Amino acid sequence: MLEPYRVLDCSDQLGWLAGRILADLGADVIKVEPPGATLDDPAWRANNVNKRLVSLDLGTAAGRAAIRRMAASADFLIETAAPGSAEADLFDPDALNAANPKLIHISVTPFGRTGPRAQWLASDIEFMAAAGAMSLAGEPGGEPLRVSVAQSYSWAASQAAVGAMVALTHRTATGRGQHVDVSAQAAVIASIAFSPAYWDMHRENPTRAGAFMTGRSVHGANYRVFWPCKDGYMNFIIYGGVAGRRTNQAVTSWMKDAGAELGAIADIDWAVFDPTQATQQEVDAIEGPIGRFFLTLTKAEFLDGTFQREMLGYPVNNVADIAADPQLEARGFWQDMPGPDGGTERFCGGFAIVDGERLKVRHPAPSPGQHSREVLGEFGFSAPEIDQLVASGGAAE
Amino acid sequence: MSGVPQALDGIKVIEVGGYAAGPWIGKILANYGAKVVHVESRDRPDGFRLQYPPFKDHKQGINSSGCFAYFNDSKYAVTLDVKKPGGIELGRRLADWCDVLIENMRPGVIDRIGLGYEDLKKTNPGIIMLSTCNMGQTGPRSASGGFGSQLSALAGFCGLTGFPDGSPQLLYGPYIDFVAALVGAPAILAAIDRRQRTGEGAYIDVAQYECGAHFLSGALYDYHAHGRIADRAGNDDAVAAPHGAYPCRDDQWLVLSCWDDGEFARLADTIGEESWAQDKKFSTADARRQNIQALDRGIAAWCAPQDADAAVAALQSARVHSYKVNTVADLYSDPQLSHRRIWRVRKHPVIDDQAYYYPGFDLSENPGDVVAPAPTLGGDNDLVFKGFLGLTDEEFETYQSQGVI
Repeated sequence: MLEPYRVLDCSDQLGWLAGRILADLGADVIKVEPPGATLDDPAWRANNVNKRLVSLDLGTAAGRAAIRRMAASADFLIETAAPGSAEADLFDPDALNAANPKLIHISVTPFGRTGPRAQWLASDIEFMAAAGAMSLAGEPGGEPLRVSVAQSYSWAASQAAVGAMVALTHRTATGRGQHVDVSAQAAVIASIAFSPAYWDMHRENPTRAGAFMTGRSVHGANYRVFWPCKDGYMNFIIYGGVAGRRTNQAVTSWMKDAGAELGAIADIDWAVFDPTQATQQEVDAIEGPIGRFFLTLTKAEFLDGTFQREMLGYPVNNVADIAADPQLEARGFWQDMPGPDGGTERFCGGFAIVDGERLKVRHPAPSPGQHSREVLGEFGFSAPEIDQLVASGGAAE
Repeated sequence: MSGVPQALDGIKVIEVGGYAAGPWIGKILANYGAKVVHVESRDRPDGFRLQYPPFKDHKQGINSSGCFAYFNDSKYAVTLDVKKPGGIELGRRLADWCDVLIENMRPGVIDRIGLGYEDLKKTNPGIIMLSTCNMGQTGPRSASGGFGSQLSALAGFCGLTGFPDGSPQLLYGPYIDFVAALVGAPAILAAIDRRQRTGEGAYIDVAQYECGAHFLSGALYDYHAHGRIADRAGNDDAVAAPHGAYPCRDDQWLVLSCWDDGEFARLADTIGEESWAQDKKFSTADARRQNIQALDRGIAAWCAPQDADAAVAALQSARVHSYKVNTVADLYSDPQLSHRRIWRVRKHPVIDDQAYYYPGFDLSENPGDVVAPAPTLGGDNDLVFKGFLGLTDEEFETYQSQGVI
């Protein structure tokens, strides 16, 4: 869908996924990396597949001149220069706009390009803290936690992709590009759902709930969310309402079918059971036999059973479970591409299916300098100009 | 509404479904100028209206939910009952009017109602439709429905949160719904752009599970390439050491991280442990990880009596990665978020003043805005059906008397 457009992606991890999303949508995305960069970080490879690569040294005058010249005819430029740095001067929004008024220039920075903390240092854990997400994860009263695989970069980059496309819509209507200023801190706030409304409306400060669902019973009873099973954990909750009732009835009949001890749930009429009125003692009596039953199941058996019986609940997957999931296989989610050593590399495929076809991954994860000459040529550099750029250390191939 | 021309002016969006995954896309498009109509029926309003607090004055009411409002600012709302005679016809008129239709019901439901893509494009060939659901529209488990909070477990996020020897942990709310909204939304705008060139519409099938995988794509690559299975690791990091959260006074916490030896030396200096920088036990990141308990004790002792903001200010002035662990309340007083005007207060007819989230990106020429509070149930029936769609008074009244509107 974005086939007519060229994207210069000069980003570090804060922006990688933005370029990947535009590439999946069909744009010609050119990743810019310094000569000699090591590109074997798994997150680098996963988020920079489907792009071509130019090696440019933006620390040299020749490299800087080259990127400015390329930006003059690009449609998008994504960069993550730290505010106050020399690279931020190179990517000055007004200068880039003056040279190419159609350019959509996306800056993804920790806190935005301006403001009292714009120059503060932050990595994933600081973003998750600064956006309130850590205050909501972990045991009640215990250490606030981040997700152990960095999330904030993807939050920032996905909002950057939305911003880029909003700006494109305006450009297509008016011919004018503009600057998109993304704050990673502000972007991660999208992850904390409607928790801000509690403080805003009631001056209640939501906090971390650990492994239990709290606040649903007028008697203060907590409901278990994570249940140990044979090979890990499951996510299952005694809900109310129509969906909850169906699930509660289904787990009871599953236990009967399996010959499991029903204990207190033998006497419960789920059609009238109301979780908002239960005491902790009642909840414990219900959860005891269910927990003992779940200990006899594997994650795969639980996933199969909940699907067959139309119950709510999912196993707590790890990456190996996700990699083996037949649902993803059936939808053609994984995409194998040629790797650097002659083997293949497996990637997440395009993020959606459009008009019946999965968005395509067209380019393998690139190697240093791989497309320097080809891309510079496409941007109007003559062969002698490229030779000179390489000789001066501004570029590498 | 806003006087500045907005980037998505003129784009008309219909939203069918509810809760978070669909409406969060519409909310963001509305913040940049799209005209977004949230469609509900009086029999089955959006589940967030009645099922989720916080409610105004703690009293449940159809227009009192701050949760619903938080996901639906800047939109219009209509009621439409497709089960009543004439209901489908009016639904089709809405679909013929719009550029984009977003739905997040279970696969197949929208087709059964008669508002599926193949039906709609007969009369609106350029329509762009996005369906978002747990598993996608196809595949052996496409029929799985469920809440985003539980899907976040299947998609790996809960298992990656917590300590290695402890239970997985909840993330707040339907985490993965917001992932899918942000990853999926660019596809709608790309399709609009293609339509400008070719006239073609598009059908976009977004599986929230797959969008979630893109937020763990590095860990998935690492498993496929090297067989490594990422596990929850508290707040530890594979590169930085120290890297963690430390309690300060008054139940506050801060986080800090050191990404090279120089930064570690600056940390040591700031917290009055100058000898650390010369100590062999701490000379490299690996050595620091080996002896992390001694470091954590020292850092914790420095943090414990301090105000988190003051401690972080000292660390940042020494160029050490750090931040206060903002509570939700702190988000309203964080000076950087205030600078970006992340919270925009708008007066809701029932809830009164409420702060709505402004997205994480700003545009230099066409800044977006929270242009209006969330709509009440059916609050824009007149404007949308008569003003936007052009129904006559008579038609409108007929639909009303049939119970459609």
